[in-house]
Amino acid sequence: MEVSRRMVNLFGGGGIGRDLNLNLKETELCLGLPGGGGSEGAPKTNGKRGFSETVDLKLNLQTKEAAPLDLKEAQSKNGLKEKNPLTAHDSIKDPAKPPAKAQVVGWPPVRSYRKNMMANKSSKDEGSADQKPSTASMAAFVKVSMDGAPYLRKVDLKMYNSYDQLSDALGKMFSSFTMGNYGAQEMIDFMNESKLMDLLNSSEYVPTYEDKDGDWMLVGDVPWEMFVESCKRLRIMKGSEAIGLAPRAMEKCKSRS
Amino acid sequence: MSEEDGDHHSSEATSTNSLSGSHPPDQVLETVLESVLQFLTCRRDRNAASLVCRSWHRAEAFTRSELFIGNCYSVSPARAFARFSKVRSIYIKGRPRFADFNLMPHNWGAHFRPWVSAMARAYPWLEKVYLKRISLTNDDLALLADSFHQFKELELVFCEGFGTRGLSKVAYNCRQLRVLDLSDTEVTDDNVDWISCFPEDETCLESLVFDCMENDINFDALERLVARSPLLKKLRLNRYASMRQLYQLLLRAPQLTHLGTGSFGLIENVQNMDDNQECNYYSSAFAACTSLVCLSGFKDVMPVYLPSIHPVCANLTSLNFSYTNINPQQFRSVIVHCHKLQTLWILDSVCDEGLQAASETCKDLRELRVFPVDADEDIEGPVSEVGLQAISEGCRKLQSILYFCQRMTNEAVIAMSRNCPDLLVFRLCIMGRRQPDSVTGKPMDEGFGAIVKNCQKLTRLAVSGLLTDKAFWYIGQYGKLVRTLSVAFAGDSDMGLRYVLEGCPRLQKLEIRDSPFGDAALHAGAHRYYNMRFLWMSSCRVSRQGCEEIARSMPRLVVELVRYDGEEGSFMEGDSNSFTVLYLYRSLEPPRNDAPESVTIL
Repeated sequence: MEVSRRMVNLFGGGGIGRDLNLNLKETELCLGLPGGGGSEGAPKTNGKRGFSETVDLKLNLQTKEAAPLDLKEAQSKNGLKEKNPLTAHDSIKDPAKPPAKAQVVGWPPVRSYRKNMMANKSSKDEGSADQKPSTASMAAFVKVSMDGAPYLRKVDLKMYNSYDQLSDALGKMFSSFTMGNYGAQEMIDFMNESKLMDLLNSSEYVPTYEDKDGDWMLVGDVPWEMFVESCKRLRIMKGSEAIGLAPRAMEKCKSRS
Repeated sequence: MSEEDGDHHSSEATSTNSLSGSHPPDQVLETVLESVLQFLTCRRDRNAASLVCRSWHRAEAFTRSELFIGNCYSVSPARAFARFSKVRSIYIKGRPRFADFNLMPHNWGAHFRPWVSAMARAYPWLEKVYLKRISLTNDDLALLADSFHQFKELELVFCEGFGTRGLSKVAYNCRQLRVLDLSDTEVTDDNVDWISCFPEDETCLESLVFDCMENDINFDALERLVARSPLLKKLRLNRYASMRQLYQLLLRAPQLTHLGTGSFGLIENVQNMDDNQECNYYSSAFAACTSLVCLSGFKDVMPVYLPSIHPVCANLTSLNFSYTNINPQQFRSVIVHCHKLQTLWILDSVCDEGLQAASETCKDLRELRVFPVDADEDIEGPVSEVGLQAISEGCRKLQSILYFCQRMTNEAVIAMSRNCPDLLVFRLCIMGRRQPDSVTGKPMDEGFGAIVKNCQKLTRLAVSGLLTDKAFWYIGQYGKLVRTLSVAFAGDSDMGLRYVLEGCPRLQKLEIRDSPFGDAALHAGAHRYYNMRFLWMSSCRVSRQGCEEIARSMPRLVVELVRYDGEEGSFMEGDSNSFTVLYLYRSLEPPRNDAPESVTIL
């Protein structure tokens, strides 16, 4: 009974509550995803493409803001009360929904430790806290490893809609570790094939994945949906190691066309 | 897993200091009495025994070995220890529960210092300390470790203020330590490797719980500690333990009965096995733990590893998945094996479907807690009245439920009241404030009314949703055994609170926020407050004058007014007559002098 609920809310609460039933859409906190806003990335064409037409893929290794998610690194000494800046994602609401009520202190009655744990996880998995946890009928968790990092991570590919979103997430996951090894290096640009070849010759990191056939491919090779279906695990390796994958990728493309 | 369990009366038999009466005590009678009273363990029975006459009062005081202080400010250490001279274990509770939700300043009080200093002098043989919502420092722990040579058990729940330095003192000095349990407790990282401070010989450790600690530990030291602790039964790791480390520990300690798995998803970056092989690998370690009955942790689970716990599911009586964001299918694949489960804590990510699966398998379920992944008010929730109804139909022996949801109906709540008459604890949190029945649009009065009417053993109730004064009439009328009542954003007028205060004969703890109850209702309960542990009212309609009148007319009541802005996390400026929290409690002592600036004691 949506109407009656809204009416009750408009009627206001009892007491000297801090319960402000105002339209707070204007003051709603909205934070775009770092490194690209809400953009979906370059439009993808279906089916076969040559390697040169690979979608732009930026592995965003952020220096700032990303919460140190690698647990073995020096996590904040603030203890349990650390506020994860990425929880700002929680505020991104579907504009079609009615505006959010003002948050009241201590309501719903969930302790900060629990809230922080949930926020940390949803940001690690890069799922918008807004989404129902079971949006996908079956989440597509795959393991992600980065050469040199001591522990694996997992991502639910169904949480993303594009390579851009995925690369943002990967960048955040491994940024703290990478920064330790790679100093000031920030963005890796896949703008064009020649730059890509430069990259593969360098010691920069490149995301690769193992597909259903057991082959290792460069991420960005196939349309997003096909990638989600076929990806079994991800591995972020040095460009120089990935160089062997480029021709294989080309072959596969050719065999499909 | 020790959030808010059942509570007990605090020992309130007022001790008059006239024990040195005119009659010499009958020594033989007292000796006999003491020998008998030794066997009396329940503290309510002991309280009753102590009221019989002076002789019984003395004998009981002499034989009480477990001291329970329900409110650390209701009695001073000196007074308590003067009466009870042979205490071996002490339970102390501090802050009120609503303080957990940012409604009170962090420095509000409840310090361990005065207690531990007095205990060090009064009870050098002390063996056990259990603290809940208490602030303690490293120095307090050091004093504890130095003063009690037979110290055996330390349990800290919802505590804070200390760090690994204090822990290291306890580990090092308390050579007979059996239990070191930190639950939901904040521990700062003083850069001390406390695990390495345990003595090098075989230890007496039976329980080591540190799953809430947000810092890394020395795993090698932990492994060696576990290897030399043959009596270890309970081990709860924090989320910094990796899968491989967990595996190694399981091999060392297959005798474990309670295991906290940490993250269950921190996987070493070694690519030598595929998922299935890894699962089988870990599962063999679990299979060896034939005594395992309680599993928790899974704080960052890699769902593909869940099958490795299947070997132990059939024996589990307790499963805590409350930090485990898994979908219904993943949950079902686990729960379907857990026939003996009695305690289940989960996240609402399992959806109504998951609850349905639990209700089909867990016929012996006694306690269920469903926490929200997303503690937000304006979203679609994954669990609803459907899940509650399913649980009520499948789990008839249910005694305790905590259920967070976005929508609920009276029908489902009424069904639960009929299907689960053994309910002791019913806590329903409909997250949208003042939200009515999602099907009929009516208030939730009838649902909660049915609960208090049909569940006659009910001792704890938390209400939510749209509620009129009628709901409170039901509670006052039928809640004969209710001791704890939590109210938020509910009621129409003073009558609501009056119904409760004029009914509910066993009411001990009443916590209310953001409800339209004012001075008249506050005064209507004056005759009750000496028989209650506390009353909490925040953001209601009571005024300063109203509180002052109560304080004046009831000298043994401590009336605290707190001005705290939870959002800013600071003392609220402005009109000194305004306040956010009224917290009143009975006390044998004059008002405390350790309150911060934001607290005014009338």
